[in-house]
Amino acid sequence: MPSIIFIHPDGSRQQIEASAGESAMQAATRNDLSGILAECGGNAMCATCHVYVDEAWLARLPAMGGAEDALLDGAAAERQANSRLSCQINLAADLDGLVLRLPDRQL
Amino acid sequence: MSVTSRIDAATSEQGAPAGVPRLDVDPFSTEFFEDPHPIHEVLREAGPLVWLDKWGVYGVARYAEVHAVLNDPLTFCSSRGVGLSDFAKEKPWRPQSIILEADPPAHTRTRAVLAQVLSPTAMKGVREHFTAMAAAKVDELLARGSFDAVADLAEAYPLSVFPDAMGLKREGRENLLPYASLVFNSFGPPNQLRQEAIERSAPHQAYVAAQCQRENLAPGGFGACVHARADAADITPEEAPLLVRSLLSAGLDTTVNGIGAAVYCLARFPDQFARLRSDPTLARNAFEEAIRYESPVQTFFRTTTREVELAGHRIGEGEKVLMFLGAANRDPRRWENPDSYDVTRRTSGHVGFGSGIHMCVGQLLARVEGEVMLAAIAHKVASIQITGPVKRRYNNTLRGLESLPITISPA
Repeated sequence: MPSIIFIHPDGSRQQIEASAGESAMQAATRNDLSGILAECGGNAMCATCHVYVDEAWLARLPAMGGAEDALLDGAAAERQANSRLSCQINLAADLDGLVLRLPDRQL
Repeated sequence: MSVTSRIDAATSEQGAPAGVPRLDVDPFSTEFFEDPHPIHEVLREAGPLVWLDKWGVYGVARYAEVHAVLNDPLTFCSSRGVGLSDFAKEKPWRPQSIILEADPPAHTRTRAVLAQVLSPTAMKGVREHFTAMAAAKVDELLARGSFDAVADLAEAYPLSVFPDAMGLKREGRENLLPYASLVFNSFGPPNQLRQEAIERSAPHQAYVAAQCQRENLAPGGFGACVHARADAADITPEEAPLLVRSLLSAGLDTTVNGIGAAVYCLARFPDQFARLRSDPTLARNAFEEAIRYESPVQTFFRTTTREVELAGHRIGEGEKVLMFLGAANRDPRRWENPDSYDVTRRTSGHVGFGSGIHMCVGQLLARVEGEVMLAAIAHKVASIQITGPVKRRYNNTLRGLESLPITISPA
C-alpha cells in the first residue's frame, strides 16, 4: 500500500496510507485531509484538488492530459511547473512515499 | 414501438432475468415527484439492480452501481438517448444533442469545447458581476420582506445573470424556462407531462433555434465563445449552434432548481442556516450539499451497447438502464446520515452533477451562482420563515418547487 506525504502550506507534514488503485485525491478525501476539495469528485473538471509535486517525484508521475493542463491554468493558487491535479495521480506501488505540497487555497 | 408493445416485450422473453427484483414503482408519477425518498429506499433495498415493470427498464439506485454505470460510457452509452426513448428505435423529438447524446470519440471533441468555454478561468471573468447581482437581489428581497422564493429568487437571480452571460438578446427570454422544462420532461416516458410539453414546444424551439445563431449572440458571451471555436476549426460552423443549444437547454432550469433547493434547505433547517451565517465561507459547500440532498436532476438513462454483467446479473444489449441520482446521493452505503442536510459535510463524490465524461459541463457556473447567492443570504439575512403552502413542480427529470412563500428579516 503506497503512502503519500502531504505538506500543508504551514509546513506541517501529514502521511496518508492509500489503497492500491486509488488516486492521490481519493486517498486525501477518504482521510478527510484539509486542503483538497475535489468538488467534481475526480473527473478532471474543477481544479480544486491542485497540488505541487515534489521535484524528485515529478518525472515519475503519469503524463498530464489536455483537460488537466487546461484546468490548471484556472486553478485558484498560482500554477507552477510542478502543478498537478491530484485526482489524476493514480497511486501505483512505485509511488510509495510520494510527496505533494498543498497550495494555500483551492478556490 | 408503442408503449404497449414495450411493456409486452418487457414482461415476456426480454423481461427481467431471473433474480432481478421486479418493482411496480413509477419514477415519473405524481406520487414519486411529491416524495421520492421512500421510493428511493425501496429501490435501493430491493437490490443493486432492479427491473421496473411499468416501463420495461432496468434501474440502479445504489451509489456504487450508479457511479459504475456513469463511468462506463462505452457500455452504457448516451448516443441512443439519455431518456426512455431509444434513438435506435425511435426518432428523437429534436435534432440529437452532439454532446449530451453522443459517445466517444465524437463526444470528446464537443465536450472539450464547452469545457473550455465554461472553464475555471472563464468563471473568474463572471464571478464579480454575479456576486454584485446576488447582493442586489437579496437587498431588493429584504426590502420586500415576503415573496415567493421560487419565482422571485430561485428563478429571478439566474435569469438576471445567465442570459446576459450567454449574450442573449432581451426579447424572448420568457421562452428559456419553458424550453428547459420541455427538454427535461422529454427524457421521461410518453406520459402526459412529456406529451403536452412536446405538443406545446414549437414556439420555444423556434426561439431557441434562432438564439443559437451567431448573429444573435453578443460578443464576449458564452454563446459567442462557442462560435469562436468554429473559427479555430475545433468544431464545424454547423455544430456551434447545437452546442449553444446545449447551454440554453441545461444552463438555467438546473441552477434555478439548485438555488431553490438550497433556499428550501436553509428555510427548513434553521440550525444549518445559523451555521452558515456564523461562517459565510461555507456558502459554496452549503450549495453543494443542497445538490446532494435534493438532487435537482433526479434521473438519467443509459442504453447498453453489448451484453454486460452488472451487480452479478446479465443485462442484454440494447437495454435501457435508469440511474437514480437522487437515491445514490442518499445511499447509506456511501453517506453518513444521508437524510441530514449538513453544510459542513464533505460532499465530494456526490452524483448530483453526474460523474464521468458526461458530468455536468456547467457545474462550475452552477457553483458560482449558488455560492454567491448563499453568501449574500448568509451576510444579509437573519431569518427565513416559510409562510404559506409549499407546492412542488412536476417534471420528469427535474426536482424542484413551484412555489415557496417565505418571509426574511435583515441581519
